Amino acid sequence: MALMTYREALNLALREEMTRDPRVFVIGEEVGLYEGAYKVTQGLLKAFGPKRVVDTPIAESGFTGVGIGAAMVGLRPVVEMMTFNFALLALDQIVNSAAKMYYMSGGQYNVPIVIRGPGGPAHQLAAQHSQSMEVYFYHVPGLKVVRPSTPMDAKGLLKSAIRDDNPVVFIESETLYAVKGEVPDDPDFLIPLGEAVVRREGRDVTVIAYMGMMYRAMEAAEDLEKEGISVEIVDPRTLRPMDTATIIGSVRKTHRAVVVEAGAGFAGMGSEIAAFIQESAFDELDAPVERVTGANAPMPYARGLERAKTPSKERIVEAIRRVCYAEGS
Amino acid sequence: MAQKTEGKKAGAPPVDGALARRLLGDMMLIRRFEEKAAEAYALGKIGGFLHLSIGEEAVAAGAMSVLRSDDYAISTYREHGHCLAKGADPRRAMAELYGRRDGLSKGKGGSMHLFDKAVNFLGGHAIVGAHLPLAAGVGFAINYEGGDQVCTCFFGDGAVPEGEFHEAMNLSALWKLPMIWICENNRYAMGTSLERALAQTEIWKFGEVYGIPAEPVDGMDVLAIRDVVARAVERARTDKTPALIEARTYRFRGHSMRDPAGAVYRTKEEVEREKLRDPIPLFREKAIKADWLSEADVRAIEKDVNDRIDDAVAFADASPEPPVEWLLTDIYKDNTEGVGR
Repeated sequence: MALMTYREALNLALREEMTRDPRVFVIGEEVGLYEGAYKVTQGLLKAFGPKRVVDTPIAESGFTGVGIGAAMVGLRPVVEMMTFNFALLALDQIVNSAAKMYYMSGGQYNVPIVIRGPGGPAHQLAAQHSQSMEVYFYHVPGLKVVRPSTPMDAKGLLKSAIRDDNPVVFIESETLYAVKGEVPDDPDFLIPLGEAVVRREGRDVTVIAYMGMMYRAMEAAEDLEKEGISVEIVDPRTLRPMDTATIIGSVRKTHRAVVVEAGAGFAGMGSEIAAFIQESAFDELDAPVERVTGANAPMPYARGLERAKTPSKERIVEAIRRVCYAEGS
Repeated sequence: MAQKTEGKKAGAPPVDGALARRLLGDMMLIRRFEEKAAEAYALGKIGGFLHLSIGEEAVAAGAMSVLRSDDYAISTYREHGHCLAKGADPRRAMAELYGRRDGLSKGKGGSMHLFDKAVNFLGGHAIVGAHLPLAAGVGFAINYEGGDQVCTCFFGDGAVPEGEFHEAMNLSALWKLPMIWICENNRYAMGTSLERALAQTEIWKFGEVYGIPAEPVDGMDVLAIRDVVARAVERARTDKTPALIEARTYRFRGHSMRDPAGAVYRTKEEVEREKLRDPIPLFREKAIKADWLSEADVRAIEKDVNDRIDDAVAFADASPEPPVEWLLTDIYKDNTEGVGR
């Protein structure tokens, strides 16, 4: 184990996979000479050269398409979106080309590509740079969607994504790059895609949350522990395919569930999780599933408004109390 | 600029009987394939969108005739001709149009999504302009692996106003990708004429802007196409120079079977006038005159083509529907390196 930041864990995953497999290359805006807008690719140009660390002009659809075409004929590209918001410019390539190629070709051409970069709420980046982008992708059959919350997950999941034979959308977070944690040294340490993890064991209620919201739910759980409410926290880590078994297993134990997501609530991840909990475990539930979501508004710039847009610890605490019928306690 | 060199210049080897047989045979095969597909569409055996390239066969046949089998080709939703000329089995292509299990894409792709990995045909893509960056990615991969193949990318004049055309031109010039960009300018993007879509209607001139060798060519002259593509391929193989070729052609049918006459946006007189440039009789007569082929040779080619397409139709008709379990296969490729599901 080594203590490192989330950013360093991603960088290490890229280095290890590029060392392991000469077909792996990194492509995107400012990934080489500039060393990445968020320094995730720091040092890679020096280590692997311009053939494998490819700076592109600002042409998201173009360079994403280049990655997909290269993947069709055997390379394993890692495409960096400077921020995932820019992936909207490549949405057609990701949805219509990458996701469907294997199916449309009747299983002839698979697309082993990773499209990665930061997304979600950050610090006063305003409406066009702060979206929870996973919603645009996890709806699409053919894509896998990963949101890694910790340095260990960042490394283990990125390595699995690179080794996967399918297109993987891998969305990090600006707010987590400096988070530190223990990361295994083993270059073959992998976290399989599609496996959730129980971050905190508890008896009374299951909270499903990922990324920044997972950390906020942890704080809420610590507070509620003092009131005698025992909170279990499940981090799905991969949103598609989702490990529904771990989530349902936890709900069967606690009989209550709260889903927390940073993005706008309407038709969000929480809707899907709440739906499958009720389909699979309705009789186990002692209370309706609660959703704590971002406001149905674009991300504002002003600090106070920005705070109000994203679920707070207090709102998570209140929701947990409600499903535990512990209001006013 | 375009030159009618008829195979005498460096690049394309001189024409002989075998080559003439191939060129005429490929063009007639594509023509017959699509005529039969139109019949099957009218009978309800083919559904959805069916876009025919009748009138444009010389571009596919001429370009493919100078490629090696390990070169790549990628195309639009009007791709039957490119797929067949690259070497796909017409029986499996027809079965795909029929949506049957023996189709190239197991019946999951249809007319717009023919793929054949065995002959390096990378598809049938139906979002205008979107396959140009994919093609550039194939060129990127050729360079990455140190190969000397080329990637030919066919697209219509309708793709030129798209941003992805310009992104792909720029990247291929910037990175020196072994790309042969072939614009099949049939003058109408669906019903929108070139003049109503582009401020610069001389499409080849966009190549100059990006520093890409570019030229227009008579898209109805299979030998002219062959020659210009041969020179482009030679450059791309030796020094990775991409090329933009504007093949000036014409589709005799409508945009799709739902626009059978194409009569709203062009005149009947125009269509009839263009039919005088039909690439198949033009080349047939030239081949006979030059003594590359005899009348008997031509009749034999015609019979062979008709037999092959009849066989393809019978094969497609006999092929079963895909089993319903196939709805949920080929969505994700199984992981091969120990990554769990």
